[in-house]
Amino acid sequence: MNWACECPVPLKNPQNHDQSLLMQLELRESTPWWLSLSAPIIAICLSLLLASLLIVWAGESVIEAFRTMAVGAFGSTFALTETLSRAIPLTLTGLAAAIAFRARFYNIGAEGQLYCGALAATLIGSGFLNLPSHLLIPLLFIAGAAAGGLALLLPWFLKTRLNVDEVVTTLLLNFIILLLVSFALEGPLRDPMSMGWPQAAPIIDAGVLPALVPRTRLHAGAFFALAAAVILWLLLRYSVFGFSIKSLGLNSHAAEHAGIPAKRTLLWVALLSGALAGCAGVSEVAGLKGYLTLDLSPGFGYTGIAVAMLANLHPLGVVLSAIFLAGVSVGADSMGRALGVPSYIADIMVASAVLSVLIGLMFTRYRIRH
Amino acid sequence: MDILDILISASFWAATIRIACPLVFATLGELICERAGVLNLGIEGIMTAGAMSGWLWVFNGGDLISAVFFAAFVGAILGLLHASFTVSLGLSQHVTGIGITLLASSLSYFIIKMLLPASTAPPKITPFQSLDIPVLSALPFLGEALFSHTALTYTAFLIVPVIMYVLYRTPWGLAVRIAGENPVALEAQGINVISVRTLAVMLGSALMAVGGASLTISAFDAFYFGMVNGRGWICIALVIFASWRPGKALLGALLFAGLDAFQVRMQQQVGAYIPYQFFLMLPYVLSIVAMIIVARRAEYPKALLKPYRRGERL
Repeated sequence: MNWACECPVPLKNPQNHDQSLLMQLELRESTPWWLSLSAPIIAICLSLLLASLLIVWAGESVIEAFRTMAVGAFGSTFALTETLSRAIPLTLTGLAAAIAFRARFYNIGAEGQLYCGALAATLIGSGFLNLPSHLLIPLLFIAGAAAGGLALLLPWFLKTRLNVDEVVTTLLLNFIILLLVSFALEGPLRDPMSMGWPQAAPIIDAGVLPALVPRTRLHAGAFFALAAAVILWLLLRYSVFGFSIKSLGLNSHAAEHAGIPAKRTLLWVALLSGALAGCAGVSEVAGLKGYLTLDLSPGFGYTGIAVAMLANLHPLGVVLSAIFLAGVSVGADSMGRALGVPSYIADIMVASAVLSVLIGLMFTRYRIRH
Repeated sequence: MDILDILISASFWAATIRIACPLVFATLGELICERAGVLNLGIEGIMTAGAMSGWLWVFNGGDLISAVFFAAFVGAILGLLHASFTVSLGLSQHVTGIGITLLASSLSYFIIKMLLPASTAPPKITPFQSLDIPVLSALPFLGEALFSHTALTYTAFLIVPVIMYVLYRTPWGLAVRIAGENPVALEAQGINVISVRTLAVMLGSALMAVGGASLTISAFDAFYFGMVNGRGWICIALVIFASWRPGKALLGALLFAGLDAFQVRMQQQVGAYIPYQFFLMLPYVLSIVAMIIVARRAEYPKALLKPYRRGERL
């Protein structure tokens, strides 16, 4: 190959020396429905394949390992409620990523926004206000949503006004917010009854989300997450706002040219995305844990991106893919306890599912040119 | 007065150089990728994989120098994966990068857990020892600050002029820069954009992995979970801060390392008054501030984030 650009290279017709590393692709005019549906299925199969290679390496039987995983995730009432309760924050952070990514606002900061929501819920719900449940619980969600949304205001401002990449700012803010929470838990918010552990005072009884199944951890946040998905789906499908988001995502220049106020739409997208992630924090604090700690979220914000990708950014699909990925991690935990396979296999499956769904989605948009 | 004490101590400057080493490697790696038009958000995972593989190589009896090359090889393979997604297939560079980070770091942790299942305290290796440069290291102050580091740390600083030479003085460097600015023009020269970009991403990722490896086989002597600890993301901010120039990238890395070394020492002095979390926040806050400062005049490589498909207009 001739790298020398300064010397005159005989111009070749690009079509003639067309020995590209991969095949030629051409844009599809329309996508058959079965093809759009097959992308996530292929992705799940590929991630199962990679996982089975690792299980073989660990010296366990693949069928036995997946059986343990499935039973651990869906095999009993207890397993099912554990999976569903883990799917609640994943649905909310998944929706947060889905709406932002649809508008090409790459919010990687759901983890930080989740903690903002949790912090707000702790501030209000741990005895500061004494209200009956039907007032206090909505108030907790409103406060958490506001806190999560506010956490995205700075990245939005920097992106639209100063042209600073939102990927890096939202990501760096995660670390800053987590350190703030750590400071709050060791200082002003530390529960004096916690025997020195960095944790905040518990949410008062009126603020705790009721359990759905007795003696399990599944709580009423499930309804909230489901309702959020449906409302978001209706909003994206039938409202002007949904149309603006779609056109911004497709081509921001064309959208602006057509009179869609890009900055303002992005502001609402940012507020909504942050609010959803903030609600995930509220539901974890008020529904699952009862109090704020630094390990409230094992990376729900980041997994939310995978949830959204696996669902092809579709709000209703987010619910399904959240349940699936929650099942993968709950199942991998119980497999890790039962067999000698490290539970990091759950993260590997999530990551390989994201990467393979990307390929699958490409084939729904492009076809191989003959 | 306290601040002055810190600044005139040789150990502070030595720590700055030591902390800068992984940042220099990884920032240069990211810079090469972005100069070719590919944002590589896999950096955090690639650094973790480099840290793990370099350490594992030595733990299994390999020597330190081949460990560096092994880590670079692992990084290049991950770079090839990133490139085949983003360059060959033209998929979203943001999402692919996050996916690679998640995949590479969870695979690294999985492998470590598989090979060392029962260990509670991570086993240690003998890392690079500090290599005192004759005569120069005997100098007062300067000797301790600059000329008493490990071979890998010296390499980090020596590689900056090499990368500058390659990027600005060789035909391949020119091809990389054009691939990031105007791939159509490169194609018109009869040069395959896909392969230029793929090679650049592989080389860049190899450098990131060496940066990660320098943590386990030069700065420390064991592999810990979460050991890269956001350094990769800082490097992405550093590339923007450096306006995509290797010389400024070195400066930025030194500045951040100096800040890091400074905050540790400040913590010891005023830690009773200011909570340590605020010191730990400093690098992240300053990354954002640095990006705001340079963003107005930032000259992004014009084809950054834009997939190149033959026959399709940008």
